[in-house]
Amino acid sequence: MKIKDIQEEIVDEFSMFDDWMQRYEYIIELGKNLPLIKEEAKVEENLIKGCQSKVWLQGEKNDDKVVFTADSDAILTKGIIAILIRVFSNQTPKDIIDANMDFIDEIGLKEHLSPTRANGLVSMIKNIKMYALAFEAKN
Amino acid sequence: MLDIQKIRADFPILNEKVNGKPLVYFDNGATSQKPQVVIDAIAKYYQEINANIHRGVHTLSQLATDAYEIARGKVQNHINAKHAYEVLFTSGTTFGINLVANGFASFLKPGDEVVVSSLEHHSNIVPWQMLCEKTGATLKVIPMDENGELIMSEYDKLLSEKTKIVTVNHISNALGIINPVKYMIDKAHEVGAAVLIDGAQAVPHLKPDVQELDCDFYAFSGHKMCGPTGTGILYGKEAWLNKLPPYQGGGEMIKEVTFEKTTYAELPHKFEAGTPHIAGGIVLGTAIDYMNEVGFENIQKQELELLNYATEQLSAIEGLRIYGNSKNKTSVISFNIEGIHPYDIGTIIDKLGIAVRTGHHCAQPIMNFFEIPGTIRASFSFYNTKEEIDALVEAVKKAQLMLS
Repeated sequence: MKIKDIQEEIVDEFSMFDDWMQRYEYIIELGKNLPLIKEEAKVEENLIKGCQSKVWLQGEKNDDKVVFTADSDAILTKGIIAILIRVFSNQTPKDIIDANMDFIDEIGLKEHLSPTRANGLVSMIKNIKMYALAFEAKN
Repeated sequence: MLDIQKIRADFPILNEKVNGKPLVYFDNGATSQKPQVVIDAIAKYYQEINANIHRGVHTLSQLATDAYEIARGKVQNHINAKHAYEVLFTSGTTFGINLVANGFASFLKPGDEVVVSSLEHHSNIVPWQMLCEKTGATLKVIPMDENGELIMSEYDKLLSEKTKIVTVNHISNALGIINPVKYMIDKAHEVGAAVLIDGAQAVPHLKPDVQELDCDFYAFSGHKMCGPTGTGILYGKEAWLNKLPPYQGGGEMIKEVTFEKTTYAELPHKFEAGTPHIAGGIVLGTAIDYMNEVGFENIQKQELELLNYATEQLSAIEGLRIYGNSKNKTSVISFNIEGIHPYDIGTIIDKLGIAVRTGHHCAQPIMNFFEIPGTIRASFSFYNTKEEIDALVEAVKKAQLMLS
């Protein structure tokens, strides 16, 4: 599936909810399906800066695609990174770099996009794109 | 007894809604809300007497200068300083601490010691580390116990003729513990060390008497005691302020300038280079008047009632642990719920209109001591109510249900 189609699918899922509580409960649910980073990869270099909770993220090249795994010690953050991974994992570096992020607003998480927000959603997106850039540069 | 509804009417922001819910503001440790008199006084200054101070002969400049110096006098009375010129206007506690730490660079040499406590805010740790790096002095840390109390027998052992300055907060920002500063000051003086008290978290709750404490420096911020942000005070004993070199060079702080040599102005101007936050200084005076009108006895009574009620109500939640169980504490409750990250709780209860602080509270050594990533800190002010605490308790329970 293309990034745009996955984003639309997620927007559709979130449109079923009437209030923030249901949305947050769903985010928590999504966190349970997060492809977990290997324990030995939970090192300083994979820790995302700018988060109040700890978030580890790793991107690995698999043929022409980038595969992401992650983990967090906070449940909501785990859900948020799970959403991002669902969108960006198994995509080509170029598609990841070119991806538009409007869907975050559409699923009601815009408030998390502020650069000062403690969960570091902006840093997570930045790190994902950095992996893609690095792999693209190697090609 | 305080008429809480009347008090609340003084604070327009308390009628605001957050995420569609009435605001419950329990982040008073970070900054207090401002009463209407303070908000009005800021506008009034700019509408009626705005001019630069200590310079012009024109009437407006005189009026602004008078108002600024009257405010200095109000602070002097409030903290019982001996002289008005021992009261320096700063931009906040951090600035005051840095001013002193920077000045001590001229006195310290390798082998000297600086004593800080393990309960400090980063702003009362880092400037001293920088001082030690610069001078070769050594930083010594007073340990704390499981209740968050500093261990006085260990403190006594740390003191020696090598100790040049002891720096400690009056009240801990992360846990709300009131430190035995009077004892600590007397002990430090026995070995000839100076003492700086970080009063940032104390001034919203009590009226410090710097002469009775006999501290050498007392730093605090205006914004935590109903005043504007960007305001603060550094009190210093006259002898110390004369001894310390100026911190910043510029206008206002000089007596005479030639390219060969500059002589410095008298106290307090020696430490007040440049155009200060004039409106802020004047309105800090207004804030102090307001708090004294409410009365610190009333403030303490109300806050103690809130603290006791909240401690009782929160403790009833399963898996909830409060950090800092000293009997000597102000209206701050720092807590966690077993198995749940404080950030998750903070995010959910924010959605329910409740403002608390989550994280390490700029006091990472305390979090390391308890081996936790952070806490949820609810800090109450005299304008808070038991109904708001009920809302907090309900919100925490709801978050717990969602997150476990």
